[in-house]
Amino acid sequence: MRHGKYPFIVGFLFLPIVLYVGLVLWPYAQTFGYSLTDWSGASQDMNFIGLDNYTRLLDDEVFGTALWHNLLLLVLLPIVTILIALFFAFMLNVGGKGGTGGIQGVKGAGFYKVVFFFPQVLSIAILAVLWGAVYRTDQSGLANGILIKLGLSSVNDPVQFLSDPDMVMWCVLAVLVWSGVGFYLVLFSASMQSIPKDIYEAALLDGAKRGQTFFKITLPLLWETVQTAWVYLAIVAMDAFALVSSITPGAYFGGGPDHHSELISTYLMRSFLRNGEAGYACSMGVVIFFFTLILTVVSLWATKRDKIEY
Amino acid sequence: MGSATEYNRRDIFKRAAGVAVLAAGGGSLLAACAGGTGGSSDKGSKGAGGYNLTDAKNPFGVKDADGLEVFIFDGGYGNEYAKAFEAMYSKQFPGAKVNHQADKDVTGKLQPRFNAGSPPDVIDDSGAKQMKLDVLADSNQLTDLAPLLDAPYLDDPTKKVRDVLMPGTIESGTVKGKVYNLSYVYTVFGFWYSGKLFKDNGWTAPKTWAEFIDLCGQIKAKGIAPVAHQGKYPYYINVVMMDMIAKQGGLDLMKRIDALDATAWDDPAIKTVLDAFFQIVDKDFLLPGTNGMTHTESQTAWNQYKAAFIPSGSWLENEQLATTPADFDMKFLPMPSLPGDKLPFEAIRAGAGEPFIVPAKAKNVAGGLEFLRKMLTKEASGKFAQTANSLTCLKDGVGPEVQLKPGTASTVVALKAAGANTFNFQYPNTASKFDEDLQNASGELMAKRITPAEWIKRAKESATKNKTA
Repeated sequence: MRHGKYPFIVGFLFLPIVLYVGLVLWPYAQTFGYSLTDWSGASQDMNFIGLDNYTRLLDDEVFGTALWHNLLLLVLLPIVTILIALFFAFMLNVGGKGGTGGIQGVKGAGFYKVVFFFPQVLSIAILAVLWGAVYRTDQSGLANGILIKLGLSSVNDPVQFLSDPDMVMWCVLAVLVWSGVGFYLVLFSASMQSIPKDIYEAALLDGAKRGQTFFKITLPLLWETVQTAWVYLAIVAMDAFALVSSITPGAYFGGGPDHHSELISTYLMRSFLRNGEAGYACSMGVVIFFFTLILTVVSLWATKRDKIEY
Repeated sequence: MGSATEYNRRDIFKRAAGVAVLAAGGGSLLAACAGGTGGSSDKGSKGAGGYNLTDAKNPFGVKDADGLEVFIFDGGYGNEYAKAFEAMYSKQFPGAKVNHQADKDVTGKLQPRFNAGSPPDVIDDSGAKQMKLDVLADSNQLTDLAPLLDAPYLDDPTKKVRDVLMPGTIESGTVKGKVYNLSYVYTVFGFWYSGKLFKDNGWTAPKTWAEFIDLCGQIKAKGIAPVAHQGKYPYYINVVMMDMIAKQGGLDLMKRIDALDATAWDDPAIKTVLDAFFQIVDKDFLLPGTNGMTHTESQTAWNQYKAAFIPSGSWLENEQLATTPADFDMKFLPMPSLPGDKLPFEAIRAGAGEPFIVPAKAKNVAGGLEFLRKMLTKEASGKFAQTANSLTCLKDGVGPEVQLKPGTASTVVALKAAGANTFNFQYPNTASKFDEDLQNASGELMAKRITPAEWIKRAKESATKNKTA
C-alpha cells in the first residue's frame, strides 16, 4: 500500500483542483486581466490600457459614494446583527430565570428559535417583494398604513422610505439585519449549548447575575464563533447586491434615488451590463476583491484570542 | 421596464469568464486581454453584394437545411406572436429546424453567447435587461440591415421593404449611419386618462398646458390626484418633460440634445418648459407616494381612479389588461401645448421600438434577415396587433378586420391627426449614461429636492461629461 499512496492521493485531488482552478482561480485572474483593458463586454475586441481604469475610479464620484455606502454597511451590519443575535441566543439558552431548575432559556425558547430563523429560509426574491410591500410609498404600504393609522404620517404626505435619500440606506440595513439575525442566532445557540452547564452552575453558586455570566463566561467561550460570524457578515456587506438592486429605485440595478443607495456591486453591474464598460467594471470587482481579502485578514487578526479548551 | 429579475454577481462573472476561457483556449492571460481570438472571419462582408435582391421569393438565399434560432424578449408583448411568425418561416423552409427561445433577461442569457461568438440568428433585444445597441454596434456584432430594406416587400414585390415602413422606423434602427435593427413595434408616447372618469365628471381633455393646469386644479378639488407617475423609474416622467421641450424648442433642439450638445441646455425653450412643468410638483398635483412607486403600483392606482393622468407609451393598455376595469375607456392625450410651441398640439413622440437584430456572427444570417422580412407582412402585423394590442412599424399594417381595444384605437386616431408631426428622441438608445443622469435628476426634481434651474444645470453637466467620453 505504501507505494501507491501518492498516486492515490493525487488521483483523488486531481479533479477538484482542476475544477477549482478552472472555475474559481482562472476567472479571478481573468477579471484582473480584463480590468486593464477597455473591454466593452459585448465582443472580444479590446485594448490594453494599463491602470487607466483604476485612476478613473479615483476621480469617480459615484464610485466614491458607493464605496462609502459599502463601508457604512461593513461597520454597522456585523455589529448590529451580532449584538442582536447574541442577545437573543443568550436569552433563549441561558437567560431564563435561574430558580431551581438550573440553566435554561426563557419560556418558549424553541418556538422563538423557529420564528427568528424564519427569514433565513426566504429567498432574496421573496424578501424583495415582501419589503417592497412594507416600504411602499403610499397609504397601501404596510409601514405607511400603520404610521397613518397611528397618526404619525399622513395620507397626503406618506413616508418615502426607499425613495428618501436620507432613509434609504437605513431601510436597506434594517432588511439585511432582519434577514440575517436568525441564522446567527442559531449559530450562537449551537455553540452556547456546547458550553458545559457546570461552568454556569459554578458561576451561579458564586452569585453571578445574568449580565456577569454573559460577559465573563458566554462571550469569551463563544469568541471563535463570533469571529466567524463577523467575517461572513463583512462579506455580505461588501456585496448586498441582490437586495439593493431589487428594492431600491432606479431602472438598472437600483442604487437610487440619485445614487443614495449605490453600492460598488450595483454600480459594477450597471457599468458592466448597461454602460458597456466591462473593463471598468472588472476594475471595481478587483477593488471589492482586495477590500474583502484585507478585511478578512485584518478582522481575523484583530479578534485573535487564545483558544479556550473545555 | 424594471422587472425584478435577480442577479448573482458571481454567477454572471463565472459565466462570462467561463465563456472567455473557452474562447481564449489555452492562450495566456494577456492573449485573452488582447482579444484577438473572437471570430476573425467577418461574415458581415457578404454585405448587399452577396444577395440576389431581385428574387422576391428568397432574396437572401436561405438554405432550407439551415436551422434558425429565434430569441424573443418575453415582456409586455409576450412571445406567442413570434410562434406565428416562426410558422410562416417554416412554411417556406420546412427543412429548417426553428429553435424558439423566450426570456426576460436578454443580457444575462445572451452576453456570454455574443462573447463566445455564437449568438442566435434573430434577437428581440428589449426590456430592462436589453443588450445596449450602441455597445453592440460599436463592437461590430450586428448585421447591417440595408439588404433587408432593399429587398422586395412580400405582400407587393414591386415595392421595397423600406417604402412600407412607418416614419421613424429606419431612423430608430440607425446607429452611426447604419441601420442595425428593425424596431418592430410602433409606439406613441403621451399622457393617458380614463374616458369614463372624464365623462362622469364633465371634464374635457386639455389642449394647452394652461388648460391642463386649470383642469388639474378641478380634479384635485374632487379629491382625485391629478397626476401619477412611475416614480421608481423616472424614465416615464422624462417622457413628459422631454416631449414638452421638443414641442417648445422644435426638432433642431431635439437633435442638439440627442447629439449631447451642451449648449442646447441654454436654450430659453428649456427654461420655459421646466418652469411650466414644475407647476405639477409645486401645486401638489402628484398622487401622494407616486415618486416611489413602481410602474405596476402607480398604473394600478390610476386604473382604480386614484389619479387622472399618467404618462406612458402605448404598451400601457396591454400591460394593464388584467387591472383595467371593463368600462375604463382608456384614452391617449398628446403633451399639452405651451405658448410659442414650434410644433402643434397634435405632434407626438412616436417611434418604432422593440428592436429586432441579426447578429453579425449568427450562424444563419440569411435566415435571420428572411425572418424579419416575413414579420413585415400584413399577415404578421395583424397577428401581432391582435395578440399584443399594439401597432407595428408596417404602414397600414392593421386591416379593418382587426378589432382594437379603446386605448390602441385612440392611438390610431392620434397618429392620423399627427400626420408627419411625429418625433422621437434617440439619446436613450445612444447615450446610456446621459439618460441615467437625466433620470436621476428628474427623480430629484419630482421629489422637490432640486429646482428646475438645478435640473437644467445637471443635464448640461452630464451632456458635457458624456460628450467627450
